Amino acid sequence: MSFIDADKRKFFNEVREKSGQPIDLCYQCQKCASGCIATGFADYYPNEIIRLVQLGQKERVLNSSSIWICSSCEMCGARCPNGINTAEVMDALKEMAIAAGTVKEKNVLLFHNTFLSSVRAFGRVHEASMMGLYKLKSGDLMSDMDFGMDMLKKGKLPLLPHRIKARGKIKDIFNKTAH
Amino acid sequence: MRLSYYPGCSLKATAKEYDMSARDACKGLGIELVELDDWVCCGATCAHSTNHMLSIALPSQNVALAQRAGMDLAIPCAACYSRVKKADYVLRNDDVMRQKVEDIVDFKYNASVNVHSLVEVVGQLGEKAIAEKVQKPLKGLKVVCYYGCLMVRPPQVTCFDNTEHPMFLDNIVKALGAEPIQWSYKTECCGASLSLTSKDVVHGMVGRIIDAAKEVEAMAIVTACPLCQSNLEMRQAKGTDLPAFYFTELIGLALGLPATKKWSNLHLVNPNPLLQSLSLAD
Ligand code: SF4
Ligand code: SF4
Repeated sequence: MSFIDADKRKFFNEVREKSGQPIDLCYQCQKCASGCIATGFADYYPNEIIRLVQLGQKERVLNSSSIWICSSCEMCGARCPNGINTAEVMDALKEMAIAAGTVKEKNVLLFHNTFLSSVRAFGRVHEASMMGLYKLKSGDLMSDMDFGMDMLKKGKLPLLPHRIKARGKIKDIFNKTAH
Repeated sequence: MRLSYYPGCSLKATAKEYDMSARDACKGLGIELVELDDWVCCGATCAHSTNHMLSIALPSQNVALAQRAGMDLAIPCAACYSRVKKADYVLRNDDVMRQKVEDIVDFKYNASVNVHSLVEVVGQLGEKAIAEKVQKPLKGLKVVCYYGCLMVRPPQVTCFDNTEHPMFLDNIVKALGAEPIQWSYKTECCGASLSLTSKDVVHGMVGRIIDAAKEVEAMAIVTACPLCQSNLEMRQAKGTDLPAFYFTELIGLALGLPATKKWSNLHLVNPNPLLQSLSLAD
């Protein structure tokens, strides 16, 4: 793609490289958007995100809610006639938004981080403490109490975490892959 | 048939009836599952949304363990399956990434084990072999099979029968004597990964799926994913009471296994009234 503005070119190239997807091939057929469950709940359609990347619109893309509301269901990529896996593009954009400090859906990131801290500590996610911690930090304490109590009663939320033996190795994997 | 078994974190907690029914159903069908020793969380959506390298390296640790155990790997959870399968796909096809991951995880990949979803393992037995084991056909039970997103996509990685209109779950359910109804929401995503953080969005996504199931007069939904199952039961409109079964629970019922009631009692939407109305449970 040709650009007049060097920053715009840089952003486009970065997304293409990081995601490994041929985003230059998109011709806006909107097959991705037609099957996307996130449309209607987010600010841009997936094809719009691709177009904005093609146009080097870094701020608009990295500040969008779409990249976080995308559930990674992979419908878009399975149907794209040009082999663009938009879910991979969305993941690359999430990582870039984290690095740039422009995360629109803060609770989604908070959830991811809380989950991964649990995995880092125990080697497996401990659902009870992970959910409790997420609720505390997000301030969303009261919702779903009924489901939580029901699950506790049914023994579906064991209170003690299972710690795997290879915890040292898991910490190592986390450290070696840290940004 | 002997396989390594990777239950994943959900099956040890919120989806424990899937774990229990998967073990019993497989035993009943002559499949021996050996739990992978000291398995680690696959990282789920949380890893691949925030750190690509971590999202391949974490499940690769499980591939390493499976390789050591020397048997193919069966995974009941669609989300875990998708992550471990993806890691195996990358290790198999991307030389540059393989070297990096081998370094991080400290193992040598040899492509000797295959990663399967548990549905695939059961489906490959064939309808006839499954039907032969049936003691109590699930007569009168009309269901829709819900595959969701992670089991069938991306197609290059999962290689299932048909991405848009898969049939393997329908075929199993049919072999059990139930009636799978065709519908158009088989592979739509239910948004489970957003269930805690963006409830309004997820209510909308689940609502569409439940409406479509009701439109074809399904009595229940059949899944092979702990996230779908709990999300569909938790986020459906109050008073809907459409139960979601794990396919292994239906196998247990049809095979006449003794523990089925224990599994049913763990659901958030009680499936017992439906089963009793069809004389499939007491
Ligand atoms: S389906 Fe592919 S080519 Fe069509 S608009 Fe979406 S990304 Fe572009
Ligand atoms: S992966 Fe994301 S963008 Fe693609 S269809 Fe699913 S929700 Fe939409």
